Amino acid sequence: MIAVENLSRCFHGLTAVDDLTFTIKPGEIVGFLGPNGAGKSTTMKMLTGFLAPSSGSVTIEGLSMASHAKKIQQRIGYLPEGAPLYNDMTVFQFLYFIASVRGLKGAKRRERLKDVINKVALQGVLNRRIEELSKGFRHRIGLAQALVHDPKILILDEPTDGLDPNQKHQVRELIRALSKDKIVIISTHILEEVTAVCNRTMIIAQGKLRFDGTPEALQQRSRYHQAVTLHFSYAADISGLAEIEGVDEMEVDRRTGDVTLFPEPGNLIMNAVVEHVNHFRLPVDKFTVETGRLDEVFREITLEENTQGVVTE
Amino acid sequence: MSRCFAIAQREFGSFFATPVAYVYLIIFLVLNSVLTFFVGDFYHRGQADLFPFFSFHPWLYLLLVPAFAMRSWSEERKSGSIELLMSLPVSVAEAVMGKFFAYWLILALALVMTVPLWLTVNYLGKPDNGVILAAYIGSWLMSGAFLAISICISALTRSQVVAFILAVMMCALFVVSGFEMILDTFRNWASTTIIDTVASLSFLTHFDVMSRGVLAADDVVYFLLVIAVWLYACCIIVDENRAA
Repeated sequence: MIAVENLSRCFHGLTAVDDLTFTIKPGEIVGFLGPNGAGKSTTMKMLTGFLAPSSGSVTIEGLSMASHAKKIQQRIGYLPEGAPLYNDMTVFQFLYFIASVRGLKGAKRRERLKDVINKVALQGVLNRRIEELSKGFRHRIGLAQALVHDPKILILDEPTDGLDPNQKHQVRELIRALSKDKIVIISTHILEEVTAVCNRTMIIAQGKLRFDGTPEALQQRSRYHQAVTLHFSYAADISGLAEIEGVDEMEVDRRTGDVTLFPEPGNLIMNAVVEHVNHFRLPVDKFTVETGRLDEVFREITLEENTQGVVTE
Repeated sequence: MSRCFAIAQREFGSFFATPVAYVYLIIFLVLNSVLTFFVGDFYHRGQADLFPFFSFHPWLYLLLVPAFAMRSWSEERKSGSIELLMSLPVSVAEAVMGKFFAYWLILALALVMTVPLWLTVNYLGKPDNGVILAAYIGSWLMSGAFLAISICISALTRSQVVAFILAVMMCALFVVSGFEMILDTFRNWASTTIIDTVASLSFLTHFDVMSRGVLAADDVVYFLLVIAVWLYACCIIVDENRAA
């Protein structure tokens, strides 16, 4: 259980994190979303005790970060942004060092090291120097390092940044496979990652919490949620489509020829559209029910402040 | 304490994974021999002692120790691994001490590797081995003081070059404050108490006594105090650093 209250952090007069309050319960996989410089990393650094907040408090499992940092840090696994590691060590030396500093000894240490090495698939590079390895391996070593003491709380700052699609998939599988009673917090600016891995999304922009809910709730905020997109194999009369009950608006993309029908809020229009198409024998060759376009919602949420500023001008 | 040991172990291992330790050891030994035999007139003095050997140590350390220790914290800051280190359950003091002891051990190793010189003196004559041992201990203590200053200054910056230059300057202040030339500039206006204080801050004043085989408590305490103060300052700087 993580409880954050009125957390703020300033750097030389600039407010990076502005009055955040939230709680995270075990079993939640939280995705921190936000544009670059929104305060995601700063928030994570405060959650790990690396940075002290300017004001507000972080309480983890009933312990206050201000007074019990070392105790809390025992329970946290952290992958800093860009996965900084000790480059002159071999992979095994590095993991052994982290395990020792984490207070693991003897058989327990051996068992844990074996476990994470298998989990993250590092068997082939154990005796290679870290500086010789690719970015994908560095991220995996960073993950192994964060998992070595089997922490209850895992904080990963951009764990898939710079990885190829296969490696991204691997990392996501790994995060999903972590046991259910853990808290996992990942930050990312890849939107599809949130729906792929997380069961809770927080959007932060300009240091403030702008959205907190499930990824589905985020999709539902999209105009495209439950919208139907059609494509016709040849020109057809589409004027009737806009008249279907429950359809709010129709948009035609001139470039692709796609016709999108937006539902009135709370309405499901798929059945009505199918009926209409069948009835008029429209030549439909593509029929898609949209789940919601996250990039659009993301822009809307994170740019809110800016557009307001423009209006008042 | 075990965490402090783990950090020291890691640092020690990484010296030998990179050329840093080898370069330091080799240059220390080569320069030491050159200075002892050619500049110090080891043979022509006709005395069976290691005085010419030890008398150059402050000057060797002045350049070599800051070069050796310049990466200690600045590299951690530059590569970002300090974030990893400080989010481990390690206190700043443990990290600072761990690093210091690993570096200090290498300096001890360098001194141990000069043992052939001691054997030579014993072969050539009958030196007072007690004096030599005391001088060795004194030299190691003084190297610790140079090291503590260098490590502390390394924590100030991300740039190793800046760390090196600043550390040499700072160490130089502690060396030259015992020089007559420097003290003369104080003589015109300052009271004897001030002059004595400045002189007593010098590594040279304290090491000179030790290199002649006198391990007085005040000299030993002086070096230990210098080490403690600079390491404490280092803890404060590292702690402040992560806030920025």
